[in-house]
Amino acid sequence: MEISKLTAVELGKKIKSGELKVTDVTKAYLDRIEKLEKDIKAFVTVDAENAMEQAKEIQGKIDSGELSSPLAGVPVAIKDNMCTEGMLTSCSSKILSNFIPTYTADAVLALKSAGTVIIGKTNMDEFAMGSTSETSYYGATKNPWDLSKVPGGSSGGSAAAVAAELAPYALGSDTGGSIRQPAAFCGVTGIKPTYGRVSRYGLIAYGSSLDQIGPIAKDVTDCAAILEIICRHDPKDSTSYNENMDYIGDGITDKGSDFMSALVDDVKGMKIGIPRDYFGEGIDEDVKKNVLAAADILREKGAVIEEFDLGMVEYAIPAYYIIASAEASSNLERFDGVKYGYRTAEYNDLHNMYKKSRSEGFGPEVQRRIMLGSFVLSSGYYDAYYVKALKTKALIKKAFDDAFAKYDVILGPVAPTTAPKIGESLSDPLKMYLGDIYTVSVNLAGIPGISLPCGFDKNGMPVGLQLLGQTFDEKSVIRAAYSFECSRKYERPALLAERGL
Amino acid sequence: MSKTYETVIGLEVHVELATKTKIFCGCSTEFGGAPNTHTCPVCTGMPGSLPVLNKAVVEKAIAVGLATNCNITRNCKFDRKNYFYPDNPQNYQISQLYYPICRDGKVEIEVEGKKKFVRIHEIHMEEDAGKLVHDPFTDSSLVDFNRSGVPLIEIVSEPDMRSAEEVIAYLEKLRLIIQYLGASDCKLNEGSMRADVNLSVRELGSEKFGTRTETKNLNSFKAIARAIENERERQIDLIESGEKVIQETRRWDDTKEYSYPMRSKEDAQDYRYFPDPDLVPIIISDEWMESIRAAQPELRDEKRIRYREEYDIPEYDIDIITGSKKMADIFEETISLGASPKKVSNWLMVETMRLMKEHELDADELKFSAKNLAALIDLVEAKTINGTVAKEVFEKIFTDDIDPEKYVEENGLKTVNDSGALTKTIEEIVAANPKSVEDYKSGKEKAIGFLVGQTMKAMQGKADPGEVNRILKEILSK
Repeated sequence: MEISKLTAVELGKKIKSGELKVTDVTKAYLDRIEKLEKDIKAFVTVDAENAMEQAKEIQGKIDSGELSSPLAGVPVAIKDNMCTEGMLTSCSSKILSNFIPTYTADAVLALKSAGTVIIGKTNMDEFAMGSTSETSYYGATKNPWDLSKVPGGSSGGSAAAVAAELAPYALGSDTGGSIRQPAAFCGVTGIKPTYGRVSRYGLIAYGSSLDQIGPIAKDVTDCAAILEIICRHDPKDSTSYNENMDYIGDGITDKGSDFMSALVDDVKGMKIGIPRDYFGEGIDEDVKKNVLAAADILREKGAVIEEFDLGMVEYAIPAYYIIASAEASSNLERFDGVKYGYRTAEYNDLHNMYKKSRSEGFGPEVQRRIMLGSFVLSSGYYDAYYVKALKTKALIKKAFDDAFAKYDVILGPVAPTTAPKIGESLSDPLKMYLGDIYTVSVNLAGIPGISLPCGFDKNGMPVGLQLLGQTFDEKSVIRAAYSFECSRKYERPALLAERGL
Repeated sequence: MSKTYETVIGLEVHVELATKTKIFCGCSTEFGGAPNTHTCPVCTGMPGSLPVLNKAVVEKAIAVGLATNCNITRNCKFDRKNYFYPDNPQNYQISQLYYPICRDGKVEIEVEGKKKFVRIHEIHMEEDAGKLVHDPFTDSSLVDFNRSGVPLIEIVSEPDMRSAEEVIAYLEKLRLIIQYLGASDCKLNEGSMRADVNLSVRELGSEKFGTRTETKNLNSFKAIARAIENERERQIDLIESGEKVIQETRRWDDTKEYSYPMRSKEDAQDYRYFPDPDLVPIIISDEWMESIRAAQPELRDEKRIRYREEYDIPEYDIDIITGSKKMADIFEETISLGASPKKVSNWLMVETMRLMKEHELDADELKFSAKNLAALIDLVEAKTINGTVAKEVFEKIFTDDIDPEKYVEENGLKTVNDSGALTKTIEEIVAANPKSVEDYKSGKEKAIGFLVGQTMKAMQGKADPGEVNRILKEILSK
């Protein structure tokens, strides 16, 4: 039996039954990292010694019956923007290249108390700003399907680690598609939950009103199991959802967080809408073909599928880049060289210290967004840009509300293309931003979305299918995704077989 | 000065709210403590930390708003004020710009018998910053974040005041309202109340406001009065000499009695305010507001009216006693323990005031208990001790809040009521002072005073002087 070929839930079962030891499983992944990491560069930090210690301790707790979660003993990789006590948390930025937090993000704490083994921290676009994982201070992560291509971003390290089986699953974060798009580019599955489902405490903020932590794994079952663990109310996060909230939106109800109960291969009568405006100019033919083929499969399984006009699609990108950059410009002010993180070597006064530390500590994409965000918030421009973007956000939410009045799930592509070549995107940031067209509106509306593999383009690169649901209705999304997934087989990157891994 | 000028003043008053914990985290707000001991990831702005609003801050802000006749913003929000400074760990301060919690209030002030209203533009909630400490040995600055995140309200008045006296009356009024509410101790010298003065001058009768300046660093009522006078004269001098007043922020140096410019409007920062996405809107329900309203204590103006009706004490006493929540509390509690209002008022007005002066204490700093004052009054009433001893015992109550009964007992201060023993002592005094006895008998009434004094001395003060007088006269008339 090859450990790395199993899913997280399968591993959990075998660990529970005693068939596998936590230490053996952890060791198997650490060995793979040893062999593959130099080519993939999925990690910023791998702490093998600490992982083995955790594994021993957790095995003991499993043996004594203290731990019973389906993921107890299963290793996990954490995106490097989630704080982990005592372990470097860099956001793949020079400015945090020496930052060791004194506390752990709530989502990671939830995994820790479920008994998962943290094997390392994954690479990402600096401060989660990017769609390629190339802007990392630690170098670009490679796509396991083709090492000359990007894994997507910003959770590219997490997606690549899962695809290359360097970890059975990972946590990512999604502000404008940063879980879904790399999952699509790497041929794995990722969920961006409803805003508020997972605590943001300890997640180093990019766009606070949009950021959400979610799972990246090999299949829908794993994602549902992980989400069940990390989804919990956290009093430390004011935007964390709690069951006693009296208002979560007109006509909206919480469909529950027992996500695994939605793993049912049955979409009979489920109403699925396909936005016509998602298939216009700019979409790759192979992407379109594979996504529509996935719709056909769901139709064959009994779903009622209809095309419709979602509207507002062209406004999502400008609204997103204004809101996310505005929040980022403020969120990133705390990185100033005073309290922690990088400080420039020489300076002559306070202002000069700020300026040099930040100019040297932040990469060009981060600086671009800080400047953009500062501009749209500055006096005289606030109403014209920021307030207008907020109004646009509300209209986008309304467009989705109208759609969900008719459909249970919306189906479409994750990105207009498959993974581009390394170096191709950064030269034209505007073009790169346009690649976020199908993902950013989901964050603006706060709704849940899943990305799962649905085929390949002519070059053998994975194509992602995106399914969206109304707020607090992850379960419909999971059910549709699971039903589709049952019709196809999980495919591993050819590289793994080539290397005998 | 050929023209007559009118001074136009508005105030921005910062008040530290007396909550146990900080506004956005669970750290203690206690004053002092070793640097950075009352801190956590939230109030030191660590990456990934998030603010969670302390409900008690909202309740105290609403209480102040209701007591100052404000409209309460039922759906209010926090905004971020962005600026870089090392005492500000996130490099933005969480404050309120667009939807402050209170708006459009007013308070009535009285100066030299004339009453007027000062309107309140708004009250908003915000967090305090940390403190920079310069270390001369290493020539570096260190930051103490113990104060970072301590809750503040900023009360912004309309430009309705016309003199330093009105400003002081307004500040006194705010201070008393807030102290009575228990929302803050409002100590200017400790910084729990801070006032910035916006001042302009204009020719009397002019409708248009002049250019205003903002003066900061005012740490006492006296400093405020001096700074106002100084700034008024500075601006008039400028105008009279044909120059222009520049809109700027000035810093007052009270020892030099002089202000100097800190920054002008031209280099004013753009704070890039926007709603804080980490905090949800605060929705203030009818029930919540009513429960705060119902819990409002009796404020000073109401207390004064009630005292007039309930207690037979002079208006002057009422003013002094209600001039401090602490003193009014002691007054009422002592009465509730059975003491007569007049007697309690006397102890407060005479001995307490005298000792406060001697010890350089404010009324708010009184620390003796009503229980011990009431017991002392009982001892005097029962003639267990005489007035002189009572004053001595009260000094002990004032400084150490001792139990007077126990103290009198332990120190043997009880008046000797054994008339046999007293008579015996008096007889001895009379026998030892034939000259005075003779003087008295020959009509020198004053001589009896000497004999009383000698008796009190012999009794170590523990006799009732009235009783001594009575027995003396009895013996002398024999």
